[in-house]
Amino acid sequence: MHLSVSGVSKTFGHGPRAKLVLDDINLELDSGEFVALVGSSGSGKSTVMRLVAGLERSSTGSITVDGRPVRGPGSDRGMVFQKYSLYPWLSAAENVAFGMQLQGRPKREVNERTAYFLEVVGLSDAGRRLPRELSGGMQQRVAIARALAADPKVLLLDEPFGALDLQIRESMQEFLYQLWERTGLTALLITHDVEEALLLAQRVHIMAPRPGRIIRTVAAQLDRSNLAHLRVSRPFLELREELAGCLRSLDAGVPA
Amino acid sequence: MSSTSTTAGKARSANALDAAAWRRWLGHPWSLGLIGILAVLLVWQLIAGSGLVDKLFLPSPEAVWKAGSEQYARGILIKDLLASVGRVGAGFALSALVSLPIGIAMGCSRVICQLLEPLMGLIRYMPAPAFIPLLIIYFGLGEEPKILLIFIGTVFFNTLMIMDSVKFVPSELRETALTLGGHGFQIVTKVVAPFIAPQVIDAYRINMASAWNLVIVAELVAANEGLGKRISLAQRFLRTDEIFVGLIVIGLIGLAIDLGFRLLMRRACSWAN
Ligand SMILES: Nc1ncnc2c1ncn2[C@@H]1O[C@H](COP(=O)(O)OP(=O)(O)O)[C@@H](O)[C@H]1O
Ligand SMILES: [Mg+2]
Repeated sequence: MHLSVSGVSKTFGHGPRAKLVLDDINLELDSGEFVALVGSSGSGKSTVMRLVAGLERSSTGSITVDGRPVRGPGSDRGMVFQKYSLYPWLSAAENVAFGMQLQGRPKREVNERTAYFLEVVGLSDAGRRLPRELSGGMQQRVAIARALAADPKVLLLDEPFGALDLQIRESMQEFLYQLWERTGLTALLITHDVEEALLLAQRVHIMAPRPGRIIRTVAAQLDRSNLAHLRVSRPFLELREELAGCLRSLDAGVPA
Repeated sequence: MSSTSTTAGKARSANALDAAAWRRWLGHPWSLGLIGILAVLLVWQLIAGSGLVDKLFLPSPEAVWKAGSEQYARGILIKDLLASVGRVGAGFALSALVSLPIGIAMGCSRVICQLLEPLMGLIRYMPAPAFIPLLIIYFGLGEEPKILLIFIGTVFFNTLMIMDSVKFVPSELRETALTLGGHGFQIVTKVVAPFIAPQVIDAYRINMASAWNLVIVAELVAANEGLGKRISLAQRFLRTDEIFVGLIVIGLIGLAIDLGFRLLMRRACSWAN
């Protein structure tokens, strides 16, 4: 799998009210990679994600998956939203099965894969519960299981833990990292949290706002054998401080 | 000594139990409503029994009950009831069936919405009873004009309420389905339809009340049987007791239908409560 975003810009609106939201975005993503896009809110991160997902059309540039241009949404690019994306009338298991049913997979396969992915996200016992009976963290795990069960080539995560409490967020970050190690998934993560990006991704793109553009790319080669240690290790903290400072200066209007 | 204290304790706890039972009974959501109805019945009985008001104007509850039982014994009550319920059922079923796809289409497609909304908004404000003369000219005095009146009087409200409910489907739910490999029509049947089900049931429940208003109006104008017809006949013979019977029966059926829809909602859409 190879995802390529090259020279992409996006303008919303027409004429005098036209607003350039993204300017010349370039990204590459290969099978098994975990890449993060960090920026303050309003910098256009979600717009990048929606373009890759095919939910919006880019104004210029091209987005391709394995050389084929993205023309609309498809199950090769699974997406996890920040919140409100579980079907409230379906149980956790039915939510996980939902995509596979849309694809018309045989019933037996759907059942087996549903059980497998519920197990992968550690929710085998919660399969019959409705979304409103699950905690925020559990809901996001169901959403991730649902996206994975549809067998995407790349998983698009748009601030998946942004609505969760700090402690739960940290445990979800460890969960996602272990999931990545175990299943070898390919992921593009969007976050406004530098720590989250550095913790999980091998490559971190920093976005500047108005118009949204990538101003810096960092290869985060860190020892991730123990994330709790990593969080407080010196190289990690230094890198985090540096990037956070970079984002702060952008928000303050100082040119980077 | 100890035995007396236990008896006293028992009595006290029995009192406490009684009080608790009463509180629980009063706390039931229907208790106060029942008390309200009983209070009105009592006042009615008192006024009618006092002889202050002419019996012709205000029959006593017993007289109304007697008139009702008599109608029931003669088989008129059931016949009228079935006639009215049948008209409401046919007209409203037609309205529900037509409004569902159109409402969803209007909610999902801006083109269809812009095409139909002004038209519907206009017709909606034409009072349905004003269509009666036209319907009689077109269809005579049979069942068709009555069924169509109920249809006309409810279909626009149903459609517009369903359209509104579609607009509240969170875009994340549609977009998730798209990124899972879903296509246009699947989004409608697997995402939009289940999401709006509770609001659709509620719209039907609310607009059902208009259907009952309309059937009575239609029967007052022209019918051979039906609860509305019975009321207008009763007026001709100054049978206020029969008018009361008709009103109470209509109210009870309406209440039953309302409860039926609420029950359906609780059964079919337990996730939404
Ligand atoms: N559909 C749209 N129409 C007009 N402006 C939009 C639309 N979607 C996003 N924007 C604008 O684009 C900018 C970036 O938004 P977004 O991509 O959601 O940023 P982020 O996810 O980084 O917070 C914002 O200023 C927002 O107002
Ligand atoms: Mg966003």
